[in-house]
Amino acid sequence: MNRLPRWLVAALAIVPVVALAVFYVWPFTTLVVEALSGTAIADTLGRPQTWEVVWFTLWQAVVSTAVTITVGLVPAYLVARFAFRGRSLLVGLLTATFVLPTVVMGAAFLALLPDSLDRTVWAVIGAHVAFNVAVVVRVVGSLWEHLPTDMEYAAATLGASRWHVVTRVSLPLVRPAITAAATIVFLFSFTSFGVIRILGAPGTRTIEVEVWRRATQLGDIGGATVLALLQLTLLAVVLTWSTIAQRTHSRALALRPVAPLRRARTRAERSFVSIAAWMTALIALVPLTALVVRSFSTPDGWSTNAWTNLGRTDVRPGLRVGIDPVDAIVNSLINAAWATLFAVVIGGVASLAITAAKRHGRLIDGGLMLPLGTSAVTIGLGMLITFDVAPVDWRASWWLVPVGHALVAVPFVVRVCVGVLRSVDPAMTDAAATLGAPPVRAWRATVVPYLWRPLGVGAALAAAISLGEFGATSFLSRSGGETLPIAIEQLLGRTGTTLQAQGYVLATMLAAVTVVLVVVIEQAQSSRDRAVGT
Amino acid sequence: MSERTSRRGVRSSRWVALGAAAALLVAASACSSDDDEDHGSESNDSVAVGQPPIAPPETTGGETITLVTYDSFPEADTSLNDALAAFADQTGIDVEILVAGDAGTMLSKASLTAGNPEGDVMWGVDNTLLSRAVTDGVFDPYVAAGILDGSVTIDDAFTSLVPNGEAAPVDYGDVCVNYDIGWFAERGLEPPTTLADLADPAYAGMLVVENPATSSPGLAFLLATIHEYGLEGWQAYWSALGANGVEVVESWTQAYYERFTWAGGPTPMVVSYGSSPPAEVIFADPPRNDSPTGVIEDTCFRQVEFAGVLRGTDSPDAARQLVDFLIGEEFQSELPLNLFVYPTNQAVDLPQEFVDFAVVPEVSRSLDPAVIDANRSIWIDEWTELVLG
Repeated sequence: MNRLPRWLVAALAIVPVVALAVFYVWPFTTLVVEALSGTAIADTLGRPQTWEVVWFTLWQAVVSTAVTITVGLVPAYLVARFAFRGRSLLVGLLTATFVLPTVVMGAAFLALLPDSLDRTVWAVIGAHVAFNVAVVVRVVGSLWEHLPTDMEYAAATLGASRWHVVTRVSLPLVRPAITAAATIVFLFSFTSFGVIRILGAPGTRTIEVEVWRRATQLGDIGGATVLALLQLTLLAVVLTWSTIAQRTHSRALALRPVAPLRRARTRAERSFVSIAAWMTALIALVPLTALVVRSFSTPDGWSTNAWTNLGRTDVRPGLRVGIDPVDAIVNSLINAAWATLFAVVIGGVASLAITAAKRHGRLIDGGLMLPLGTSAVTIGLGMLITFDVAPVDWRASWWLVPVGHALVAVPFVVRVCVGVLRSVDPAMTDAAATLGAPPVRAWRATVVPYLWRPLGVGAALAAAISLGEFGATSFLSRSGGETLPIAIEQLLGRTGTTLQAQGYVLATMLAAVTVVLVVVIEQAQSSRDRAVGT
Repeated sequence: MSERTSRRGVRSSRWVALGAAAALLVAASACSSDDDEDHGSESNDSVAVGQPPIAPPETTGGETITLVTYDSFPEADTSLNDALAAFADQTGIDVEILVAGDAGTMLSKASLTAGNPEGDVMWGVDNTLLSRAVTDGVFDPYVAAGILDGSVTIDDAFTSLVPNGEAAPVDYGDVCVNYDIGWFAERGLEPPTTLADLADPAYAGMLVVENPATSSPGLAFLLATIHEYGLEGWQAYWSALGANGVEVVESWTQAYYERFTWAGGPTPMVVSYGSSPPAEVIFADPPRNDSPTGVIEDTCFRQVEFAGVLRGTDSPDAARQLVDFLIGEEFQSELPLNLFVYPTNQAVDLPQEFVDFAVVPEVSRSLDPAVIDANRSIWIDEWTELVLG
């Protein structure tokens, strides 16, 4: 058999396994042990405030999800059924909105809404909806476009109105996809942190924000860990319920590859298409436009001051506010570079190990996905309370923040790479072996070269994730080491117009860089798809 | 004592966690035969908490140390910074300033980084927060040389707050509600004179305060109201303030420079300092010889600020030299006109503007540090619930 030697597989596996054990499993276990020991659990659960926070987290997530699904089904239907000019642009726009850092989306809504609505629950829900419409379009839309059109036509022939066709025939059929999308949107809204830090008032706090507040402002580490654990438990319950729900409602559908898109025919259809397309575009474009506009606006009219004087934060001669926007840009770039390197090395090696180790590979794969299921705040808190005693007192180490970012990014790198590596035809390796290459050499010649391209995509993803990461960074960054999202949150938390405008400048920059990275990723992905297709 | 036990508890739970992680590591990498990565670390259990700060004196020179401070401390371009430069000339130790937010935020960070600090010396922990700093092991106890040898005289009322030399009292002042004299005059409205007045609907929406969770003047003002209304009565007072439209912001700089009418904001009363009025005279442009802002004496709470050596500093010797310098006459004499606080060093003469315009209330409110320590986080939680709810 043409098997790689065990020592090589083991050597490959050891890198991701050690990284995961040290930087995820250990902090997470510390957090759980800390939460369960002592009186923190009784204190926290006995405090009425805790349940108010839980209740708020729950109801805002439910409302956000309901509104997102309602709003998102229209563009999902639009994109799944109709061909129109600007269709792919619209899809791209929604995707771009979805990948924006949470802090940027919060900033955009802060820029958009009048002061009276800022820092209310409605602003929060608005941001959640704008953020997550893309999820509905992607998840529901992709099932919808595979749904055969016959049944819709049959119903129409039998005299059902268009409204009836959609509500009685199509929607029940895509129900599993709606449940799936709703679950994702609910998870995002339930664990919302960046948006709330920008838009929330003290009365509108999610569990995630409360974890951060207790740990970093009140010094109540025990209470913070209990809340983090409580959140994980609630999420587990929701996920289990959703899995069961999806299973019971799923039914066999005669799915087609892709039902052909058609142009709007009747006048009613044409106006539906153009209204729906424009409304969707507005949801994506308006908040971002507001962001850019606010970076140029001052009480005395338009000005490029905030851009040209970035970094001048004096409130009185010699007295600055301790936030340097320019430093934040530099810090973010350095952090992103290291985080990308860490994520690419760990993710790349892990991908090779996962595909080489077959059965054990699935274990590593699943293990590396764990950080995704844990909120970033939980990861940051865990690292903070674990790495604070010698010999692992790493709080002052420059690499701690990038490692935290890499932890969040590795699952994405692995997903991109493993997919490609798995599709490498084993016949090639066999052929190399037949030609006399020893297993390691055959593997090096036939499998490893396929790693580079997806790894490039993974690197761009990791950079985007690192630049926008806010939850873990909120715990790990030190004074003077603020990253862009941290600086944006601090600047927008001020009331002075100069400082606010600089916050909007930074948010605009971050949005632009993220969108560029995502366009690069999408291009690389689609050119790969084409290459595979031919 | 209980603090030690609890820390040890935390440490042992840490090793349980490490054990679990290591077990998983071994299990997951079953295909690799040998790994003894993490077993050696148990021996480190013996690291002592709060060990006595004995370090051999180091030779200094060409060293740079970091002074961690709150955001109203000037970073450059003032005579206070010139004084720090003079310290560098005398000792060869350069001082870098690291601003860590308002005092509450700064202390929270210091607590989380205790033992592995963001800098070497911290300036500006006040009497409302000192006990938390001490409990969390933020400081390395050190009695400044000038206090030991008697060359610096500081009021016993201040030194008695730090009986074990936990930190050095560096300045004091009063946290008081300030008002914009012109704003009230224009409207023919008498400014309030008591804490109770602030809840009067006649003054609705006219007060901005700092969040006591993040800001030390905010906490001092909360304590002033607790002093007035008692452990059972302050909640009702704050409900009334809330109903009267009190505004809450995160830091003093934000409250004063961004919300107060005199600095261009919309709110004519702000929780600031008894010594803020002289600041307005000194920074007045064009110059003026009376202060545009006044102080409501009934609202004043005594605030004493401390500086100390941060536990875990890499340069303990240089850090101690800086603390010695911070209570010395040269630096202390720059405090009134830069930070607008009173120097604790009694040898310093106050500048004339300061004597003329600063308000020292006849009676300043204060609370027993032990009472503050026992209740601080409960009060802040209750306050948050009540006012920001």
